[in-house]
Amino acid sequence: MNERVQRLRTECVTTRPSVSSERAELLTRFERENASVQESTPVHRARGFRYILENETIYIGDDELIVGERGPRPRATSTYPELCCHSLEDLRVLSTRRKTPFLVDDATKKLYESTIVPFWTGKSLRERVFAAMSEDWHAAFDAGVFTEFMEQRAPGHAILDDKIYRHGFLDFKARVAAARDRFRASDVPDRTARVEELDAMEIVCDALVRLAERYADLARRKAAEAKTPLRRAEFLEIAEVCSWVPAHAPRTFREALQMYWFVHLGVVTELNEWDSYNPGRLDLNLYPFYRRDIDEGRLTRDSAKELLECFWVKFSNQPAPPKVGVTEEQSATYNDFTLINVGGVTPEGADAVNELSYLVLDVIEEMRLPYTGSCVQLSKKSPDRFLLRALEVIRKGFGQPSIFNTDAIVQEFLRVGKSLRDARSGGPSGCVEISAFGKESCILTGYMNWPKILELALHDGVDPKSGRRIGPSTGDPRTFESFEQVFDAFEKQLRHFVDVKIEGNGRIERIFAEHMPAPFISVLVDDCIEKGQDYNGQGPRYKSTYIQGVGMGTTTDSLSAIREHVYVRKSLSMERLLQALAADFAGHDAERNLLVHETPFFGNDDDRADDIARRIFDAYFDAIDGRPNTKGGTHRINLLPTTVHVFFGEKVGATPNGRRAGIPLSDGISPTQGADTHGPTAVIRSVGKIDHVRTGGTLLNQRFLPDVLKDEEGLRKVAAIVRTYFRYDGHHIQFNVVDSATLRRAQENPEEYRDLIVRVAGYSDYFHALDRALQEEVIARTAHSEA
Amino acid sequence: MTPRVGVVFDVKRFAIHDGPGVRTTVFLKGCPLRCAWCHNPESQERGPELLFWNERCVGCGACVSTCPHGAIVLPASGAKPETDRTRCTACGACVAVCNPRARTITGTTCTIDGLLTEVDRDALFYDQSRGGITLSGGEPLAQPEFSAELLRACQERRIHTAVDTCGFADEEALAAVAAHTDLFLYDVKLLDDERHRLWTGVSNTTILENLRWLSSEGKHLWIRYPLIPGVNDSEQDLMGLGRFVSRLPGVEAVQILPYHVAGERKFEHLGRRYALPEVLPPDPETVERAAAAVHSAASLPVTIGG
Repeated sequence: MNERVQRLRTECVTTRPSVSSERAELLTRFERENASVQESTPVHRARGFRYILENETIYIGDDELIVGERGPRPRATSTYPELCCHSLEDLRVLSTRRKTPFLVDDATKKLYESTIVPFWTGKSLRERVFAAMSEDWHAAFDAGVFTEFMEQRAPGHAILDDKIYRHGFLDFKARVAAARDRFRASDVPDRTARVEELDAMEIVCDALVRLAERYADLARRKAAEAKTPLRRAEFLEIAEVCSWVPAHAPRTFREALQMYWFVHLGVVTELNEWDSYNPGRLDLNLYPFYRRDIDEGRLTRDSAKELLECFWVKFSNQPAPPKVGVTEEQSATYNDFTLINVGGVTPEGADAVNELSYLVLDVIEEMRLPYTGSCVQLSKKSPDRFLLRALEVIRKGFGQPSIFNTDAIVQEFLRVGKSLRDARSGGPSGCVEISAFGKESCILTGYMNWPKILELALHDGVDPKSGRRIGPSTGDPRTFESFEQVFDAFEKQLRHFVDVKIEGNGRIERIFAEHMPAPFISVLVDDCIEKGQDYNGQGPRYKSTYIQGVGMGTTTDSLSAIREHVYVRKSLSMERLLQALAADFAGHDAERNLLVHETPFFGNDDDRADDIARRIFDAYFDAIDGRPNTKGGTHRINLLPTTVHVFFGEKVGATPNGRRAGIPLSDGISPTQGADTHGPTAVIRSVGKIDHVRTGGTLLNQRFLPDVLKDEEGLRKVAAIVRTYFRYDGHHIQFNVVDSATLRRAQENPEEYRDLIVRVAGYSDYFHALDRALQEEVIARTAHSEA
Repeated sequence: MTPRVGVVFDVKRFAIHDGPGVRTTVFLKGCPLRCAWCHNPESQERGPELLFWNERCVGCGACVSTCPHGAIVLPASGAKPETDRTRCTACGACVAVCNPRARTITGTTCTIDGLLTEVDRDALFYDQSRGGITLSGGEPLAQPEFSAELLRACQERRIHTAVDTCGFADEEALAAVAAHTDLFLYDVKLLDDERHRLWTGVSNTTILENLRWLSSEGKHLWIRYPLIPGVNDSEQDLMGLGRFVSRLPGVEAVQILPYHVAGERKFEHLGRRYALPEVLPPDPETVERAAAAVHSAASLPVTIGG
């Protein structure tokens, strides 16, 4: 990377994240000044959005080529009091907690005390959500049976398609106006609501163009003060670019990047969506600009790389908005889950790997920025060169890129009725979750703690931690005469909590549809404009609601232990097993040894365990898949944990697989840490027995010592592992390439290993930024692979 | 009737150092050599053996009363049990009562069909990587009918076959196995017969004759050379190896396998003494130099590690 990029990167990685109260302050002022204005909610929110963009501090760094920050400076993060109004105590915790802290200055605290907290208390969406939930929901939430994504963040996972490279916001505005004319002249019953929504969309289109004009003005002023002729010229070029995009469709590679970035700022200023917006298929969408600029002499490979690297820094300059409570527990990271896609297939089904794909891999390798997430999509048509190059980058050991199976993803999309073209244009976002880019609201609503549900099934619906009944009575397990009865009890508990969760999801969906329309993102997601409906309502072409299952390994192994010891060998009575669990195995070493050493565990290509995994999967799938949401879409499943397997582990007592109370659960669909003893091919065969095609994403962690990947032969063997997993329709695989001794040293001397990045779950993070339990887990995983 | 059972002590999947591609390696028990540096001492005897993992033992004494042969004694209360290996028949009675898994049996009798089921599991991985099955040991040629039958069945399934051998076997056994082997991973330890006898317990005459025969039969051969400091790492040994293999058609590569101490603990688990306690693994530069020396004399690809 050149010196400019080096400086930008250094600024990014050395600047501590801080809370900026500016957005909160502007929105509060807007609300106060407009309290008496009679207008529709979408229009009101659109005007609030415009007010923020017109009045916020804007920033152009001295070295920048791509410009724009969400906050007043890099790494300064806005807050969203309309969703979650942080209390003074929250601010104190944010600024002092050991993991993911944010600087909070005194002025911010004062402003919160005097203005923000008094104004928003009682009005924030978070309070509305909690008040709307049933008693059953609260009992389950408090016990750690499931989490709730929308209790302090807005619905997200909206990834952009190619529309902003073909149209400018003036074009979108014209489409909005045309749709409005059509509805005005129609007799659809809710045409007023649709016209109001379109009015709001028109306002936000203007607002983004206005923001770009402000950036153009600032660049011109900076040009006038520039110290060198070179930098003056650069500022003037920034001004020129910002005067053209986003009003018009971009004409060059650089304009295309800047276009995207303005759109990004608009989305993340409107709401704090799960998860950070991103450009999706970057190489596919930008290749025509790249090719044309190179052919016409406006761009070289090096200058394209510099622009991409300036662009890369921008994502990492935007830490995820500060999270608190359970939301922080389930996702303890600054990572806002950008997942830039490279590779895959074209909408017509051809191999989409191009020259720019390789350039992007170079950029990923050089930048080593964990918070600008990236992945490769590998299809059967992708050349081995592409996979091997990706593995070379992975070998560097910072967890990127992860690898996705395009062919499985297309099948996943087709199963749920998406068009072939939309299926091929989509891909993963966040950790592993798929969506039809630019056409879908794909909402993750919370994690479901399977081992906790099994624990409840083993205690007749009573949480042993609190003594409270939170699930239905499914019988005293000591009276169960067969494994089938145990599984039935588990399935009944599972269905109960799925029902509670789905009922809650419906209420929350209505709250967002009614109170939090998002007209800006609606402009960008088909078919919101044509339908005059909002992204948080019925607007998107596809509307999927996900509940993410967690603890496949732990639950399978626990059920397998019960089956093997209580019912097949009869080596342990249910009574004794429950006693051992209640004692957290204290004084029950013999029982624990039996459970740990003599149980068929998931991940060893052993059908005795893998058949149970399949049954759990089917039970979860049957409980959820296809059930309607309130937006005209359906519920779906996926299997991933982010960091929630640590938090969920704290909520679950000792489990029948020999796991002690409080220890993290297994992650994603990976086997229980240390339970897989037959190597990666056996792991892949086991997890390959799950029908990935019926999910919207699964997550498999594999670790390799650097040694395995050290030469071409090693790379090719690991490539064969990936290709074979994908022949089994595996959805996603990712690699941690570090040895445990290095990790241990890093744990002892965090200062010396500040740049050590590991893959945690569906994302990478700095090792020093993980809490101790998660660090231990990563070390255990690694040591296991070395044994 | 061909014997359809063999004694196997391990089946390792994702074996990536035992031939081309991703492979499954079947380790057969029993070896005619007694190399001092052996890293698989549990492979030497043909029959099942008891392994005792001292670090796992909690000293509960459950094994003592269970042993039908009275082979186990607790020397003192709280101490770890001691096993009289001359009385132990590896019947496994103590294993069944040992909760912490401090006692395990190595070596089980396997059928061809049972092994084929295991080997077939990773067929897709072999397809994708041009891998296959490797027979290792121990010594596959010491169970020639079984090995030949297993290899034949694999070839019938279009699975690539490799045999990792010390080469010490009679002509008939070698021919039977070679008929179904696509690639030999052929160990050469020392060209000097006297030192070979000293360090491995047998003469190398048969070994080298067999190697020449396989070469003359047009077999594909990879030579494997364990590099043991102070035993066979002199310039003269290495150049000699290079010159020797360069005259053998069919030799495609030489693999230098640097000495490592993984075997030492296994000797302890078997209740045996390790013969090379003072030897340290060669440092990377020494290994590189050795590889370069062999390469200069052999003009063949020389790799480090399997």
